[in-house]
Amino acid sequence: MAATNYNIPPQISFSTKLKQNFFASPLDCLISVLCVLFFATVIYQFVDWAFLSSIWSAEDESLCRDAGGACWSVIDARHRIIFFGLFPYEEHWRSTLACVVMVATMIASCFSWFWSAFRLSFLWVLGFGSFYILMHGGVFGLSVITPERWGGLALTIFIFAAVSIIGMPLSIVLALGRRSKLPVIATLFGLFIDFFRSLPLLTILFTAAVITPFLLPGWLLGDKLYRVIAGFAIFFACYQAENIRAGLQAIPPGQDEAGKTLGLNFWQRVTRIQLPQAFRNSLPAIVNQFVITFKETSIVTIVGFFEILASGAAAYGTGKWTVHYIEVYVFIGAIYFMFVFSLSRYGAYLEKKLRVGNV
Amino acid sequence: MVSFLRNQKFREAVYQALVLSVVAALLVAAVMSTRASLEAQSLTTGFGFLERSTGWDFSFSVLEYSISDSYKKTMLIGLLNTLLLGFLGIFFATILGVLVGLIRTSKNKLFSSLGTVYVEIFRNVPLILQALFWYSIVSHLPKPRAAISLGDTFFLSGRGFYFPVLNIAMWSVVLMLLLVLLWLVFLPWLRNRVELPSTYRQIKRVGWLILPVLLLGIAYLARIPDTPLVNMPALKGLNFKGGMRVPPELSALIIAIGFYGGAYIGEVVRAGLMSVPRGQIEAGMVNGLKNFHIFSRVRLPLAVRAVLPSLTNQYVQLMKATTIGIVIGFSDFFFIISTSINQSGQTLELLAILMGGFLLINLSIAYVMNTINKKIALKGYEVKN
Repeated sequence: MAATNYNIPPQISFSTKLKQNFFASPLDCLISVLCVLFFATVIYQFVDWAFLSSIWSAEDESLCRDAGGACWSVIDARHRIIFFGLFPYEEHWRSTLACVVMVATMIASCFSWFWSAFRLSFLWVLGFGSFYILMHGGVFGLSVITPERWGGLALTIFIFAAVSIIGMPLSIVLALGRRSKLPVIATLFGLFIDFFRSLPLLTILFTAAVITPFLLPGWLLGDKLYRVIAGFAIFFACYQAENIRAGLQAIPPGQDEAGKTLGLNFWQRVTRIQLPQAFRNSLPAIVNQFVITFKETSIVTIVGFFEILASGAAAYGTGKWTVHYIEVYVFIGAIYFMFVFSLSRYGAYLEKKLRVGNV
Repeated sequence: MVSFLRNQKFREAVYQALVLSVVAALLVAAVMSTRASLEAQSLTTGFGFLERSTGWDFSFSVLEYSISDSYKKTMLIGLLNTLLLGFLGIFFATILGVLVGLIRTSKNKLFSSLGTVYVEIFRNVPLILQALFWYSIVSHLPKPRAAISLGDTFFLSGRGFYFPVLNIAMWSVVLMLLLVLLWLVFLPWLRNRVELPSTYRQIKRVGWLILPVLLLGIAYLARIPDTPLVNMPALKGLNFKGGMRVPPELSALIIAIGFYGGAYIGEVVRAGLMSVPRGQIEAGMVNGLKNFHIFSRVRLPLAVRAVLPSLTNQYVQLMKATTIGIVIGFSDFFFIISTSINQSGQTLELLAILMGGFLLINLSIAYVMNTINKKIALKGYEVKN
């Protein structure tokens, strides 16, 4: 019986742990005390500003000057602009529902049950399709609302989802192309990827939005929103392709050779042996790219779209609200933080989970 | 015929030729269609417009400029502005990042969570939102008359940040910077060529003594006549006169890029410090080194080598991120190019200049960092990632 006890690490008491972590030396004591003081002050200041001395309802805006805290009246009064932009007032429920559907799709694709090419594409076609129908309308008695009037959170989510849907398959093609045995194809794909990766995203979006109308014939142009999404998707795909390529390179050559000896042809080897392992190898990097992409959707503000950042600027841009810019930025920052933080936590969780049994 | 098709080499050659011709055809079609639409709008092509004067104003410049300057010079100013913003941003981001990396690897959980909170907040909010946030704060600082003064030499106001400068000519500043840079490059070069370490140390000591004297001499020679040596900012009427002004656009962007980049670089530094194998540190303990020496002689040098490639990546990313300066009206390279496109209509040429400019900047960063990386690489030792 005693032999099994060797496997159990010695129990460390709470006070020992406390001492090891916080009070190991006099300097450590000092640092711990200072940290506690610092955290306490910052948290107190923030809670006081945001909750205790703040004003919440739009009618009380006149009280804001004397209250020392945040003036959430601006959010109360203008939250519809922030969330929906120029979307018609009566149809706001459609925009809300569309966002909920899309967020549900994103959450669902985080579960490993959906991780097969068929299930994942089915899920996203369904989610994205219902999002588009809800937003655009024209069927089931919904009135048509063209993309120029989309805005706020729904537009941010739309751009993110569309870029992901177009960019992901494209990135696989680019990664496979760059690893091709044929030198001409590998060089061409390599040039393409490196060219787009060396440019700032803003220049690509700017080219797509402002410059292509000068260059392309009219029938190829399409709406400005779709041009920007196409440019963004290519940029995204070039970065994602490099992540996937890293995953492909990490596969031991024996795997592919084993496939060959079993008589699998090229496509069978790619879809059954190479890609599944490549995704497994570079899943954290791939999720990280999604995190970055969600943040970067805010750049479309500059080429004139009314997504959540621009609609936030519009929300405090008029009349008595101009002084409450900090509240609006904190509010929008919190929305971004919610999305990006949960995605990046998910990435960290995956990294931990995949490391088990792999090393 | 059939045996031809079965030959794999032949088939591969055909595939490649097909792909190549499709790409070539697409490129030709793109050029043709572009030319057609340019002709339809009767726009002239070519780089002749670079000599024309612009006739428009912009917010910030590192050089003296006027609205009658040529496009060429305006673009150079834009490029310099981008470089200035990028280097200052990267500089502060690196300092902050190293600090945060150290804090996050601290054994004291409370202290390291301080770093974690910072990293999570600043990494998970878009840079552009942070830039807008800092800009609205910096530009809402009090008016110059009520400026926040630090010892009557530094002033913070909504119009900008003012600090004293020396009254010396521009050329001398460039000369001094070049001199210092030359000295810093010369030192490692010398080290590999001098046989005795003591000779090297002597040369180094003399050099460090001569350098300040030389710099002071240049500063004295380059004094602008009939002015005091130090140019202090002072309130004259409604605004400050004298001194150097950092406009709110620039300071907001430096703060934003510094904090945002600091969070990313902090993670890179942390990963580097963690990647140093425990055995190396234990070897230091066995040899009786003090904690500080284990850090400065064992852990840090190994971490720096592990960190450089990802740090290069971050620097390139931050340099590209400076383009968002346009959102608060900072006249960086991208701002200047997009205004030029609006004003002159020379779309394609300007686009080529824009891409060329960024390619040049990014490749030079990568080149410099890779050179450093090669120079400091340890022979026969690889840091595990």
